[in-house]
Order: sequence, then C-alpha cells, then structure tokens
Amino acid sequence: MAKAAKVAGSRAMEFMKPGAFKDNARNALADDNLRSAMAMLNAGMIPNRQGAVDRLPEFNLLSQRGRELKDHVLGHLDYYLERFERNCKAAGGQVHWCSTAEDARQAVLKICRSVDAKSVTKGKSMVAEEIHLNQFLEQHEIEPVETDLGEYIIQLAEEPPSHIIGPAIHKTKDQVSDLFLKHHAKLGRTERQTEPPALVNEAREILRKKYFDADVGITGANYLIAETGSSIIVTNEGNGDLTQTLPKIHIVITSLEKVVPTLEDATTFLRILARSATGQDFSAYTTISTGPRRDGDVDGPEEYHVILLDNGRSAMLGSEVHDMLRCIKCGACINHCPVYQSVGGHTYGTVYVGPMGAVLSPALLGVAETKHLPCASTLCGRCEEVCPVSIPLPKLLRQWRARAFEAGDTPQLERWGLSIWAFFARRPWLYGIGARLAMRGLAWLGRERGRLRKLWFAGGWTDGRDLPAPEGRTFQERWRQQQQQQQRQEQHGGGAV
Amino acid sequence: MANQSSKTINVGLFATCLVDLFRPTVGFAAARLIEDAGGTVHVPEQTCCGQPAYNSGDNRNARAIARSVIESFKNFDYVVVPSGSCGGMIATHYPELFSDDPEWGGQARALAAKTFELTAFMADVMKTTTSRAVYDGTATYHDACAGLRELGVRDQPRELLAAVENLDVVEMAETEACCGFGGTFCVKYGEISTDIVSRKTANVVRTGADLLLAGDLGCLLNIAGRLKREGSSVQVRHVAEVLAGMTDDVPAIGEGGENGESRESGGV
Amino acid sequence: MSRDAILGAIRQSLGRPELSTDAKRGLNEHITKHRANVIPARAKGARADLLQRFQEMVEAVSCTVEHVSDEAAVPGAVAEYLRANNLPTQLTLAPDAWLSGLDWDSQSLLESKSGPAGIDDVVSVTPAFAGVAETGTLVALSGAGHPTTLNFVPDYHVVALKTSQVVGAYEEVWDRLRQANEQGHGFAMPRTVNMITGPSRTADIALTIELGAHGPRSLHIVLIDDEKAPG
Repeated sequence: MAKAAKVAGSRAMEFMKPGAFKDNARNALADDNLRSAMAMLNAGMIPNRQGAVDRLPEFNLLSQRGRELKDHVLGHLDYYLERFERNCKAAGGQVHWCSTAEDARQAVLKICRSVDAKSVTKGKSMVAEEIHLNQFLEQHEIEPVETDLGEYIIQLAEEPPSHIIGPAIHKTKDQVSDLFLKHHAKLGRTERQTEPPALVNEAREILRKKYFDADVGITGANYLIAETGSSIIVTNEGNGDLTQTLPKIHIVITSLEKVVPTLEDATTFLRILARSATGQDFSAYTTISTGPRRDGDVDGPEEYHVILLDNGRSAMLGSEVHDMLRCIKCGACINHCPVYQSVGGHTYGTVYVGPMGAVLSPALLGVAETKHLPCASTLCGRCEEVCPVSIPLPKLLRQWRARAFEAGDTPQLERWGLSIWAFFARRPWLYGIGARLAMRGLAWLGRERGRLRKLWFAGGWTDGRDLPAPEGRTFQERWRQQQQQQQRQEQHGGGAV
Repeated sequence: MANQSSKTINVGLFATCLVDLFRPTVGFAAARLIEDAGGTVHVPEQTCCGQPAYNSGDNRNARAIARSVIESFKNFDYVVVPSGSCGGMIATHYPELFSDDPEWGGQARALAAKTFELTAFMADVMKTTTSRAVYDGTATYHDACAGLRELGVRDQPRELLAAVENLDVVEMAETEACCGFGGTFCVKYGEISTDIVSRKTANVVRTGADLLLAGDLGCLLNIAGRLKREGSSVQVRHVAEVLAGMTDDVPAIGEGGENGESRESGGV
Repeated sequence: MSRDAILGAIRQSLGRPELSTDAKRGLNEHITKHRANVIPARAKGARADLLQRFQEMVEAVSCTVEHVSDEAAVPGAVAEYLRANNLPTQLTLAPDAWLSGLDWDSQSLLESKSGPAGIDDVVSVTPAFAGVAETGTLVALSGAGHPTTLNFVPDYHVVALKTSQVVGAYEEVWDRLRQANEQGHGFAMPRTVNMITGPSRTADIALTIELGAHGPRSLHIVLIDDEKAPG
C-alpha cells in the first residue's frame, strides 16, 4: 500500500477541533461553495421530510411508540444486550464488547490480522468515524475503502463527514467533478465528468473491483435486534450490502443503545427513520443480517462479528442527558437547524454535528473540549419539533450550559455580564435608575436616525445590523407617571376624565 | 388594587425588559388591548423574567429572579406578556426551575397556569375577535420560536390581524424559521446570527409587504436592525401596535429620530 | 472483561443490580409474543386494493412491472424485457428450484447460468420471498436457491413474484418468515433478509437523486397472478 496516497483518514483528523468553532464558523460563512451547497438543504431535505410525514397519518403515533420503545430498552439495556449476544452467537456470530474507542480499534485490527487483510471495504458508519478507524487502519497498513458515495467523496477530499446522513453534503457538483478528475485520472479516467449520472457511474465502475478484492467488509448498524441476534443497515446505494456480502468477514461496528427487542419493534423504527432522514417512505435497501453464511449458502461472509462500543454511553444512562440515547441518527434535527444551515458540519469539529452533535459530543469528548457546541444555538426548538423520538434537545443543551457554568467554564466576560444583570434585576429600584440612564443615553446616541450603526461593546450585533434606538423613557417610568396623573385628575376633577 | 368585584378581571402586565427599556409603546398598546378585552391592567414593579441567566446555565440567579416575579405576580387572575419568549419562560420554564422545590414548585406551576402571551390571551382566553384598528397596508408575520413552540402561538395573531380594517396579511416563506436572535447568541455568535437573520430578511422582502410584524421585541429589534442595515424600506412593528391602533404614536422600529424616516400620516 | 465492565456500568447508571428472574421473564414475554405496534392504514385493505397499492408503490420508486397470468410465461416475459431494453441476453438465474424449473429452454436467445453473481454479470433473475404493498418493497432471503449477490451485483435485476406473495404490512412478512423457518427446529433467521424498494440510488452529489449507485440500475418485476380471483 502506497503510504503517501493512503492518508485520508489522518488528514481528516486535522478538522476535528471543536475548540476552533468560531474561527471555523467565520471561514464557513465566507465559503461560497459551502453556502450554495447548504442552500440546497432548505430547498430539498426539509420539504421532503414534511411531505413524507404528511403522507403518513400514523406518523405521530409511530413516533410516540418509538419513543416509548427506546425508553423501555434503555431502562433494561443490560438485558437486551445480553439477549442480543446470546442470539447472535446462536446464529454463528461473534460479539465483542468494547468499553473504549481503542478497545474497538484493537478488536477490528485483530479480526483483520486473522485473515491478513490488505483492504477493507466500508459502508457508512458514524461509530467507525467516532473511533477514527480509517486513520488507525492506515497506520497499520490496511487500506480502508469507503464505498458509500458521500464517504468516498470525502475520502478523496481527505475530509471528515459534515453530516451524518449525507457526508459530502458540503460539496458542490463542480467540486466533486474536480475531485474525481484528480483522483481517477491515474485509473484512466481522464475526462472530467460534470453531470451527476456520469459522476455516479464513474464511482460505481471504479469501486466494483474493490468490493470483490476486499478481505473484510465493515458496516455500521442502524439497529440490533435482541430477538434474533441481528443487525440492520438502512441504505440506498447497495454499497453496504456489497460490502457485507462479498468479503470473507463482515464486521458490524455499532454502539450499545442501538438494540431493540423484536422484529416488530424494529419495524416501527424503520417506518419513521427514512421519512425523517431523507423524506423517503423506505430506503432502497434495508437489510437484516444474522450471523455468517449458512450451510448450503453459496455466497455471504464466513465470519460475522459485532463490535459493541460503549465509549461513554453507559455513563449517559441515568444522567441528565439520558434522553439523548434515544437518538436514531436520522439527521432531521441537523437539517432543520438554522446554525447548521449557516455554517455546515465541519464548523463543529466533531463527528456528530448540528443539534444532536451539540448534545452528544460533550458526553463523548468532555464539556471543556466542546464548550462552544451547546452555546452556539438560539434554542429555537425546531430540532425537538422534528425529532422522531422526541428528544428535548434545547433542554439538554441548556443542561450542558449549566454544567459548564457550574464548572466555571463559561467565559469570564459573560459571567460578569450575567452577574451584573442579575444584580440589577433583583433590585428593581436600582434597575429602574440604571435603565432610565442607559436608555436615555442610547436614545440620545441614536437620535439622528432612530438607530445606531455602531456600539462599541456590542460589535457582535452592530457589525451586521443596526441597533434600533430606544424610545428614551422606560415603560414603567411612563406608566407610573400616567397612573399618578390619573390619580391627581380623579382627586381634583372628580368623576370621569 | 381595584375592587374585587366578581366582574373585575385583574391582569398583571409583565411588560418584559425589552419593552420596558426599548419600546414602551408596546406596553401601552398591550395595556389598551387588555382593557378593551375586558381586563383591568396592573403593572407591578418588575425587571426581567430571568431568561438570560437561565439560558446561560446560571440557574441560581435564574431562580432568584423567578422567585421575585412569582411573588409580584401571584395574586392576579392572569398574567399577560407581549412576548412569546418571556411568556414561555414563565409558563414553561419556571415550573422546570423549581421542579425539585415543593414550596416554589407549586407556586411556579400556579403562575404558569395563568400566564399567557398577549395575542393568545386575547384570542383564546378573552375571545376577542373584533378590532377597532385600521391600517392601510400589507403586512407579513414572523412566528417567534418560543411563542410558537412553547406556547402554541400561531393562529391567534393572524386571527386578530384579520379583523384590522384595510390590512392585508401575506405569509412569507419559512415563517417558522428562527430569526437568529436567541438572546445572548446574537452577540456571542454575531456573525452566524447575522447570516441567519439575512435569510429571514430575504423572505420578508420577497413578500412585497411594507410592514413586518411579530409578537417578540427581541426578534423585531434583530430583524429591523438587519433590514435597516440592508437599506430596506420595510417597516417593523410589534403586532400589539397595529392591533391597538397605536402606529401613529411611535415611528417604526429603528426609524424616527431627527433625520430619520417615519410614516407620512403621523410622524413622531 | 469489557463485557462485565460494560454490563456493570449500565447497571450502576440505572441504579440497580442485575434484573431478577421475574423481571427477565416479563421482558422475555415481550420478545416471545413479538406483538405488532401501530400498522398504518395504507398497509391494510381489500386484496384488490393492496395489489393496486403495491403496483403504485413499486412504480413510484422507479420499478417496472409486467403482469403475466401464468408462471410459464415468465421466461418469455424476461426475454422480451431484455430485448425491449437492448440488454444483453446472458443472465444469471437464481438456483431456486421453482425458478430454474420454469421453461427457460424455450427462450433460445437467452443464455443463462446459475449461481451467485460474478463481477461481470449484467442481468440477474431471482424469486422473492414476499412483496409488501405498504411501500412497494420486495423481500428476498439468502439461501442456497437465492444467493444474496444476485440482488446487488448485476446491473439489471429481474424479480419473479407471485401475487399470492404480496402482503400489506412488513409484519405479515415476519409472520410468514417465522412459519417458513419453524419446521420443527424453532425459528431461525437466514443470513440475510433484504428489503428492496426500487433500484439502487444516491443523492450524495448535489442532492440530486441518481439511480444505479452501486446496486442495480433498474429493477423489473414480473408479477404472476396466481390468485385468479373471479371477476
């Protein structure tokens, strides 16, 4: 394996700096390619979801049931995981319990080494991204081949995913054309394709042989079924199926909270997943995999391994952010988030982005490292509104903010500002005096046009907007005066005014 | 306090700090509307609902402020707020703040049960459907997030506006999309906030309306500030100003001043 | 090691020890009863309505459907489909006894082989386990007679489906699957259950939907009316 060429996973790691949120945001806002790509979110994914939801009268009922099921499973997670393991093994599968990301990486490596794997095809897996598997495999001279078209594109671009459903959503069509030309020319594709059908076809043809050559295929799992010991993947391209069927070994890498009790319960979730994620009634390929090939099968893997990753989930159970474990990774919250629409996924510097990422990432990476994520939100609540399992995302974001505040992680200037405001707010008399002074001052500053173009301490506002000037006197001031006048008139005039 | 006759409906007006500080006319408009609907308006001494502290994770100060609001407003029949976000703070978050406190929890829930956003109070509680207001023009309405999602305020302002003579209301695209204000967010993440509000102003301008209305002054200051920076002639007012027929009392938000624009028929 | 650590951590977070035998029995019942949850109205209805819905749904996801009145007509229908679309006449047949037992020899222009898919296969013809009217979904099981690769590798996939295999809701498929597998040995899943709704597609490039990403570019259904309802 040519070392220089196979560093995409490592290069992508350079993006993973959640502390750089503000700088990332600034760059994102100036990135015209990104902005035109993001504009398509509003045009496409949002109305698509609404259409799918509108077409299914039972959607809310299903959503409610999904929420109940998740709550039930979380309350009995140990039971369902043990049950899953038992049935998975009964079908000939192997289960690997991994407390940390490193445990999971080592487990994957061991399996790959057992067949002297040189290349590994991969279906899209956010948990695999979470443990930075590609970088690790590259370091161990095993070539990871991303097969999901979006993941393939970002692998060529040496970037991490910017969305959990559409990893390359930040790329314009032209950028994809350039990437393909750059990387496929050496494979004989010297003509720059510009239209999506041709681009898709080129990727299809190039990846075909890779599927057959791979020694190991790695997928994620949208769900695990306790009843049957199965894993489910929900895809559209068919890449996940080629990945898990052709190689000798199929590895499923997933996290603890994915298990559901029965086929029927999984079906409930399947009815709300694609509709929430892409606006489809059902994805093109929903596949339930159980164990390795059976006696008599003429294709299929010889080994089936399920990597069960904890990496912080067991600690989330019973905590303030327990509800986040209900997440079915549909991405609806991400699509509808005004902040995400403005700055895109790379700004977050984490694998999980948007509202769900802002709640999950502090649990996985720590509050201090991810301090901007819960704060960079207007708490508009659109995310909670579209969440198919009713996760109270704004409440959870506030909880992280409270945690940071108690730990003293809130920026000093903000703490002082809040303390000063609270000091006055608890002393109405002082507040009134301060308010009257400040508002007269601001009104005077804005007296020419009724607004200010610049306010020295509020650059965050006035850099992009004018600040309307206050009327001058406060409401309470005028109200009291009006009350006093009325009383005086009643005393002197007597009767109606 | 006024006579406790069986017919008197005592309403505590929680003006909100933004109305109190920036645009008192909205408070007077709210008072007039409540009186027209049959309520007797009281304005106890007040400062803030505590939301800045609450949203920043400073629950201690948020509770302290909340306790004084609960104390000041507990004896009214209703508490009416010309803002979905402050109204939501009292009506949905006060009970959460005191969920572990048996004494204050009960009081918070009691206050929450009788606290309403202004247009919801008029339409749902007092069932006011008529209006004495007249406004020549076309308006579009922005649904403020908290009012919409925490308090279910959406149809009420539109019903009330429909009763205003000569006024046409056109809907903008994405009326339910956030305007980017978000309290401290607009200052802390100002550039992102500016980008979000620009999407909103684009939708506003695309309607061709000459007036933008909403029920939250935070949103209105934000959107008006951006419209003015963009050089737009669209005027911005709180919905109460139109409903109460008080648009001549004060220039539109961000307008007026010695050299500023104002409505032809009125002015300052 | 990690297994105990994780289970222990879960129990600690939930504030309780391992569940009692009684509690486990209750949970086991949920599993063994495997009750259906909400089934949408669109998955129910009179037989004719369901078949109509199945047709509408598969067409809405870009499948093509041809109706034949008898299974004997399947090879001819496949040959005609390939001809009409200018497709090669080499096809890979699933080794399924019923499917391969049809009169393929009658179609002299067709060259067929049997088995799992090879990398250069262009056309595959397979049976299915069921069709689901709710979303126009075909259900295919892995097995000696119906290798999974035939559903994904070739460019053009033809499925021979009987109307008696069409059900309303996915839950009915699970019922059939449990019966089919019971055979006195207890329910056992096959290696793969594929739920296929239209041909392969992606929207990963500029959010434009394109067919034929990695799986088949097109999916053609030859639907055999074996229910022969009167009227």
